Amino acid sequence: MKLKALLLTSALALAAGPALAGKAFVTNERGNTITVVDTETWEVIDEFFAGNRPRGITASPDGTKIYVCASDDNLVRVFDSETYEELPSLPSGPDPELFIIEPSGKRLYIANEDDNLVTVTDTDSRTVLAEVPVGVEPEGMGMSPDAKWVVNTSETTNMAHFISTEDYEIKHNVLVDQRPRYAQYTADGTRLFVTSEIGGTVSVMDIAEDGTPTLVEKISFEVPNVQPEWLQPVGAKVTSDGKRLFVALGPSNRVAVVDAQSLEVLDYILVGQRVWQLDFTPDEKYLLTTNGNSNDITVIDVAKEEAVRSIQVGDQPWGVVTIE
Amino acid sequence: MLNRFATLFAAALLCAATLIFTAGFAAAIDVRSAVLRVDYQVQRPISRFDEAPEDLGFAGAALADQDNNSTGSFMGHTYETVRKSAAPDAADAALDEILADGIRLIVIHAREEDVLRLADRAAEEGALVFNARAGDMAMRNEECRANLLHTATSYAQQADAIAQFAIWKKWPRWVLISGSNPDDIALADAYRRAATKFGANIVEERVFEDTGGARRTDSGHVLVQRQLPTFMQNLPEHDVVITADETDYFAAYLTYHLWDPRPVMGSAGLRPVQMHGGHEAYGATQLQTRFEDLAGRYIKDADYNVWIALRAVGEAVTRAETADPDGVKDYLLSDQFELAGFKGQEVTFRDWNGQMRQQVMLYDNRVTVSVSPQEGFLHQNAVQDTLGLDRPESACTAFSN
Repeated sequence: MKLKALLLTSALALAAGPALAGKAFVTNERGNTITVVDTETWEVIDEFFAGNRPRGITASPDGTKIYVCASDDNLVRVFDSETYEELPSLPSGPDPELFIIEPSGKRLYIANEDDNLVTVTDTDSRTVLAEVPVGVEPEGMGMSPDAKWVVNTSETTNMAHFISTEDYEIKHNVLVDQRPRYAQYTADGTRLFVTSEIGGTVSVMDIAEDGTPTLVEKISFEVPNVQPEWLQPVGAKVTSDGKRLFVALGPSNRVAVVDAQSLEVLDYILVGQRVWQLDFTPDEKYLLTTNGNSNDITVIDVAKEEAVRSIQVGDQPWGVVTIE
Repeated sequence: MLNRFATLFAAALLCAATLIFTAGFAAAIDVRSAVLRVDYQVQRPISRFDEAPEDLGFAGAALADQDNNSTGSFMGHTYETVRKSAAPDAADAALDEILADGIRLIVIHAREEDVLRLADRAAEEGALVFNARAGDMAMRNEECRANLLHTATSYAQQADAIAQFAIWKKWPRWVLISGSNPDDIALADAYRRAATKFGANIVEERVFEDTGGARRTDSGHVLVQRQLPTFMQNLPEHDVVITADETDYFAAYLTYHLWDPRPVMGSAGLRPVQMHGGHEAYGATQLQTRFEDLAGRYIKDADYNVWIALRAVGEAVTRAETADPDGVKDYLLSDQFELAGFKGQEVTFRDWNGQMRQQVMLYDNRVTVSVSPQEGFLHQNAVQDTLGLDRPESACTAFSN
């Protein structure tokens, strides 16, 4: 295992010429811009207008397009990831906040926070394929690796809704703690993590072969000298080997490192203020955090599990996506 | 909106059916509750922006029913809240009707003496009562009742919220101007207590006598502009003017009619509120739009207090699978209970007197200026307990804790 990891690292090191340098795109919720960061040099290379109140951000699977939930424009804005030129927008339904793109890149599943809906949008034809009624204040969106299930969390109903991508019907509902914000499957699809901001927990579900969830545990957090009320789980990412879960803990200014198998909390990494969302660089060497109240992103070295630098971005950063 | 909700409901019912089969949830619970609002003969408010709407508090109940039914529809639970208003002398009969209807979960929007009397009557029938209006201290302290919880903030919570902000600003020298009616005097007491608690110094106090009279006059502001500054003359050095005017007859005029230019807080200027229609942080935009879709107006404290009381009931039903008043109360007072109140932190109940712990918004009539507790005010158990009566000072014995 170790050898394989070593080989992989050196292969990456060889391949990583300047032309292949990755980029991180950070939405600045208040600044209405996207900051582009070079993930090799960690320099800010550009900042461009992203629409009004940009929050959720993702990339097409081939990395050529950047999709942004422009919440106050009630649409998904699309940008060329090379030129930053704006491409035709996608219909999103009202107040899009977070979304998830399927591995084929064809369908985008968008949470409409103000309308109790999940909107399914075709990225080619730019049409709405379906509107799925869910609980009150839909927010987090996760997708099973086989793309058969979309999980939506509703913040006031306090549930994770499991929507089949075949017929857009809800097949399962699981009650979780207060204000569920984010849903993240493991790469092998056997587990799902749902963060609850006000509940202060991460609900862990085992996923059966047919997609049926079973709530098995709730992870809670504790940091000496930090008021427990400030430990508010928001964004979450799990490494593709399924070993580590990273959880952004909002106003406690920390990212929790969790053993994704034993579910033990191993460490807390101090990052910028009011940490919202997370994304790995494609090689999973680094984890980036958006820090809404310090206007920066923190770079975490995933192997060392420590923060290595912070980079000033725009006004009130919220979401982040990286591409190769 | 209604259509959409109906669709959601239908879809949800379908899902709930599946859920009951797959997850084996307990049997359906039909939760019936009531809001009883006592309407008093009062003077008009100073500003017509503060006129009480006819559905005051009731609109909060409607939203709570809608929110509770969303989770409920997935769980097989239904919620219905009866809404009644009554003049003070008809309040007891109205409560009896509610009790005769079999309802044992009741939110009361009334003054302290009425809440206490009605809560005692409700206790005879085993009902649980939520106080959604009165801020008085006695009912949370030596006069507390075992079947009475409070979602309305106490005067002490309100005053402490203001005091923490003033101290954070390093404005410790206060002038306290209070009204002459009993509620104003009670509120002024809370500010004196807050000053002592957080190290502010009340350099002078003045009472603005309520001499009655109409709230509206054709002559308008001219006399106010001449008279109020002279009332505020010759004060010692101070940083801020704190007003205690629960009656609402003078404080709103004071903001710009001072002698020395100072910020005004308390009953005017920067006010402690539970929720206001301009508040958008912590996801509250969605609360606002849902409320406005239903009520066609902005949310008021009374609506929020009723809404969160019924949401707390819903949470107990969802998590503890009970609508029995004792079961609900036990769950709400347990450390299992927490509820998202769009204030950035969970709300819970104090198990020593039934008061809801909550953040207090500091509101200037347009925006959320700040939210208390303020940064740096710490507590060994819960920061929200830096606001209001804490366990060691509680004289309430009706709760076992």
